[in-house]
Amino acid sequence: MRFMAIIKANPETEKEGFHPDPQMLQDMGKFNEELMKAGVVLAMDGLHPSSKGARVKFSGNSRIVVDGPFTETKELIAGFWILKVKSLEEAIEWVKRAPSGGPDDYEIEIRQIGEMEDFASILTEEEIQYKKAKRAELPNQTFNN
Amino acid sequence: MSATDPHHVPHQALHRTIEAVWRIESARVIAGLTRLTHDVGLAEDLAQEALLAALETWPQSGVPDNPGAWLMTAAKRRAIDSLRRGSMLVQKHEEIARELEWQQERLGDALEHSLDQVIDDDVLRLIFTACHPVLAMEGRIALTLRLIGGLTTAEIARAFLVPEKTLGQRVSRAKKTLSEAHVPFETPSGDELRSRVESVLMVVYLIFNEGYTATSGDEWMRAALSEEALRLGRMLAQLLPGESEVHALVALMELQASRSTARRGKNGEAILLMDQDRSLWDHAQIQRGMTALEHAQRLGGGAKPYALQAAIAACHMRARIAEETDWDRIVLLYDALLQINPSPIVALNRAVAVGMAQGPASGLDALDALDAAATLAGDSALAGYHLFPSVRGDLLMKLGRLSEAREEIQRAIAMTKNLREQELLANRLKQLEKAASV
Repeated sequence: MRFMAIIKANPETEKEGFHPDPQMLQDMGKFNEELMKAGVVLAMDGLHPSSKGARVKFSGNSRIVVDGPFTETKELIAGFWILKVKSLEEAIEWVKRAPSGGPDDYEIEIRQIGEMEDFASILTEEEIQYKKAKRAELPNQTFNN
Repeated sequence: MSATDPHHVPHQALHRTIEAVWRIESARVIAGLTRLTHDVGLAEDLAQEALLAALETWPQSGVPDNPGAWLMTAAKRRAIDSLRRGSMLVQKHEEIARELEWQQERLGDALEHSLDQVIDDDVLRLIFTACHPVLAMEGRIALTLRLIGGLTTAEIARAFLVPEKTLGQRVSRAKKTLSEAHVPFETPSGDELRSRVESVLMVVYLIFNEGYTATSGDEWMRAALSEEALRLGRMLAQLLPGESEVHALVALMELQASRSTARRGKNGEAILLMDQDRSLWDHAQIQRGMTALEHAQRLGGGAKPYALQAAIAACHMRARIAEETDWDRIVLLYDALLQINPSPIVALNRAVAVGMAQGPASGLDALDALDAAATLAGDSALAGYHLFPSVRGDLLMKLGRLSEAREEIQRAIAMTKNLREQELLANRLKQLEKAASV
């Protein structure tokens, strides 16, 4: 099973020009190495503060672009890991080992990633066609050398 | 216990938590204990006892903040007790017990926190020990899954479709062999390292294939075997970052596994590479495989066996549609592979590639040359291999030599024992009959 462990933002990570505390960076690096050594991490990255981002709001046919930063800090994402493990409990056990983030509170949310197998029995032909079309747009060229 | 029982769910969740902790920590705990006791069997028994203690204690006390250190401490306490109490109270044991006790008193839990590097080396040593050539291959596989994969005997037995008792015997025999042969708990160096890495990689790849190619048995457990092999591979790549073939094997496994959804049809029937819906391939996984292959090539290992196999897989992945496959390059890669790793299976695959690159007549020539060479050498390896007539039938069919093709495919059907493959061949026979009647 694959899980996404999502680090929620806090006021600190949302600050302009945010750089993690060197100690925190070192602890996080050590933790990431542990995940790699256990062979359970498939991808991971940190995100810039929302001030460098944007939102696109949909309403009928209109698209309204709203520039960051966004206010509801706790709902924002500061980083993520994609973990391949045997159970939710294993994902939890790994996430519990992550370093604490200094004085500010933060939260890591764990969500299971959908697999193609989840849909095999319920997809209609139309939906399969749609999925195929979408998949065909994937950036194959990145390894098409 | 009913589903409405309030204790039902928490208890199960706790059980899964302990299982997760075990999976994360067991290799390190067993490896650390093996360093101290110089005996894999004893180390595993001690670790298991610590796990039992956890199962008894944690439901009341909760899971400790550092469960790995907790397990290690519990195991060491038991080690001291049992070594002292043991009937074989030889000086050696007395020494180990004293050392353990000393460590426990002086360093306590701090030991586990301060020795990260040692612990990594321990895990690597444990992998080399479990894959030691003194063991039969099945022993190596069982021991690796048990000591490093953290799988239970029951799980491994289920995956390999053998009775649990047989598997248990296999594991204990392997542990006994290691102890009797006085296999040192160490990471070999120099030439020895190279050949031992080969053995380790082979074990991991066999585990992967067991999960990947089997179509019978408990499907879920089989898939879990492939995933476990991939995890072991990624783990090894971290522990042996300079070994190109480790990265190459990871690449090969990632690339093969990326096709798993496309390999089976709605009714579980096998779908061959060329007929697969490529939109179902896992592109993130392909990307990881490509990165690992590039890494192996950067390390200068591009011409080694796993790297060549991964490069062949990569050729298929690069083709957006089957018709775009670069068969010329695949033939060259098979040529290189044959040079360093001559095997009838590789030669057969090469003949298929030749058939695709240069047309069925050339493919048939390559195949018949192979057959002639094997006959000349008295090599009967291909004689009982159903893919030989199956490939030959396919080439003959493309050449329009339909009655010969029919004979070959019938021969292949009689030779394979795999139901899915029989279905596949029977389908081809039907196509053939249709073509013949037109």
